[in-house]
Amino acid sequence: MIWLSTVQLAIKSLWLHPLRSLLTVLGILIGVSSVIWLLAISKGIGDEARKQIESLGADTIIVRSIKPPAEKLSTQGITPYGLTREEFDMLVRTVPTIKSALPIRELRRQFQYDAKVIDGRLVGCTAEYAEVNKLKVARGHFITEVEGFNRDTSCVLAHKVAERLFPVQDPIGKRIYMPESTDFYTVVGVLEPKNASAAIGGSLSAQDFSGDVYIPILTLQQRIGDMIRRQSGTSFEYETLELNQITLRVANVTDVKRTATLIEEVLSGHNRMEDIAVVVPLELLEQARTTQAMFMVFMGMIAAISLLVGGIGIMNIMLATVTERTREIGIRRALGAKRADIVRQFLIETSVLSIVGGITGILIGLLCGPSVNLAREVVKWWSPRTIAQLPDVIRTVQPQILLESIPIAFYISLAVGIVFGIYPAMRAAKMSPIEALRHE
Amino acid sequence: MKAAGLGRLRERRPMKYACRIIDLKKEYVLKSETVRALRGATFDVPEGDFVAIMGPSGSGKSTLLNLLGCLDKPTSGSLFLGDDDVARMNDDQLAEIRSRRIGFVFQSYNLIQQLTVVENIQVPLIYQGRLGRKEHKRCLELAAMVGLGDRLSHRPAQLSGGQQQRVAIARSLVNDPYFILADEPTGNLDSRTTEEILQLFDRLNQEGRTIILVTHEDEVSKRAKRIVRLKDGLVQWDKLNSQETREEAARNALENMPVEV
Repeated sequence: MIWLSTVQLAIKSLWLHPLRSLLTVLGILIGVSSVIWLLAISKGIGDEARKQIESLGADTIIVRSIKPPAEKLSTQGITPYGLTREEFDMLVRTVPTIKSALPIRELRRQFQYDAKVIDGRLVGCTAEYAEVNKLKVARGHFITEVEGFNRDTSCVLAHKVAERLFPVQDPIGKRIYMPESTDFYTVVGVLEPKNASAAIGGSLSAQDFSGDVYIPILTLQQRIGDMIRRQSGTSFEYETLELNQITLRVANVTDVKRTATLIEEVLSGHNRMEDIAVVVPLELLEQARTTQAMFMVFMGMIAAISLLVGGIGIMNIMLATVTERTREIGIRRALGAKRADIVRQFLIETSVLSIVGGITGILIGLLCGPSVNLAREVVKWWSPRTIAQLPDVIRTVQPQILLESIPIAFYISLAVGIVFGIYPAMRAAKMSPIEALRHE
Repeated sequence: MKAAGLGRLRERRPMKYACRIIDLKKEYVLKSETVRALRGATFDVPEGDFVAIMGPSGSGKSTLLNLLGCLDKPTSGSLFLGDDDVARMNDDQLAEIRSRRIGFVFQSYNLIQQLTVVENIQVPLIYQGRLGRKEHKRCLELAAMVGLGDRLSHRPAQLSGGQQQRVAIARSLVNDPYFILADEPTGNLDSRTTEEILQLFDRLNQEGRTIILVTHEDEVSKRAKRIVRLKDGLVQWDKLNSQETREEAARNALENMPVEV
């Protein structure tokens, strides 16, 4: 009863200065909603990164060939570098925990159909490639083991390649031409669109599968070979490379790290040239988790600072209020209010301010997702070029509201109200009633 | 109702005195010197009395008022409110005594601006933790008694000085106090309103209320039953006003009142 009437009284007193109370509430509101917003956005960004890494698969180990720095290549002749087919066989034979191994060879190539020519990536692989990289076939089928064994000239087109080369026709059964190797390949399948997965092997950009054409790796080896000629200006550059990448899958996820160590030992001959890299998505995932946690702590701290500022706002206002209401305090003390009653009265006022701020802050915090999208739309409409220049994360991030951030934000706002209200309240209660009554 | 209330009052309090002041001393320490504001005042206020406390400034009048109101603690001596010596009490106990046994009326009314008339009357009850339907009804009755039954939800700023003081008097009665302690209650009022308030005090006293009135106006003090005059922190004299003096003062007040145009 007494609490209820004190709350009523608090609301009445705050209502005497609506603008002042509103601005104080605003301080808390901004603090609380920024807690929710910043946590939601960092969670969204972190989840995006994790999803990309997860698409590489937690049970895989990727070994990639890297073009070594120029000073490590001999100046005369063509130094072969990178992974070899022999090493591939060796890995499969010697490492017992490997469930499957997938050799990959990648080349930049031009693809032509009728008068349409596009640039893309030619990937020599085996039948397992689709499963490992979670590629889904829209029409036809992915290259099969039999086609690989027969060194068939069949190919599978990624979504964008098919769209560009065959805007109207059905690509299945058509033959596409590769001008550089003067070869024809028959289309046997078309893939569904796929999101880019995380960057591996030191490259910064995410892996984009949309411009790929897949052929059996044995066909590629037979028809194109290991040596590539690249024209730069007037001279030609040659390089010899057997495999660009080996994707290994481990039978048991718990063996991933041990297997990676073993693989690094088996391939230690490459240490001098530094021409391979072993990428363990599981480790990337763990790193991403740590990074995300750090990011969230950091964001949380920024939000905490804004809450602190809101709290100082409350304290400032309450100190002014206490001075202004000295006489009222004196009257109440004379009429029988104990010190505790005065403390309670002012604490409830600050609590009302901070709870109102907290609740509205939570409501605004919940609008995080829609508002981020709206902001993006506005920027897109206002200046399409700006949005194109923004990094991927900003263009695509979907804030994920952390459910636990709502009660946390609420209790923090309440705590801020009490912590910053306690000093003004004590100051009010400490006044001598005689002095307070004399105050004009 | 008033008569019944009075009966209940007497039944509950068999003692004779509303308050007793015994050798009360109060010293203030100011930097280097000690100010002896009250040097050992002694007097009793029997129940049903109407005492005016007078004295020039510096006589210890305000100090005595603060002590009587339990707003301050004496340096030595005793102050009995009923059977309890409040001189030994701590801050919270004093607050409790203020809310239950004293009815305050101030010169500047001291109503709380954001509260309505009824709410202002209720304030002492809030701190007793009593705010039921019965108490609310009592507040309404008190408001009606002081003639503000039709202004219950007005704010103090919407009332005249005399009306505000009547709200304050209603408030001072709400806790059924041992005595009403009025500090220059007519100091801010014109002579007509002063007369209204003094008549109200008179009526309350006739109903059995004990009233302690602090004033520096002779005209006002003559309306009390008894005058205690302080000088230099001591009781200078303590005398009863004869019935004739009181009636004459009342008559004078009416005669001297400016004619309303």
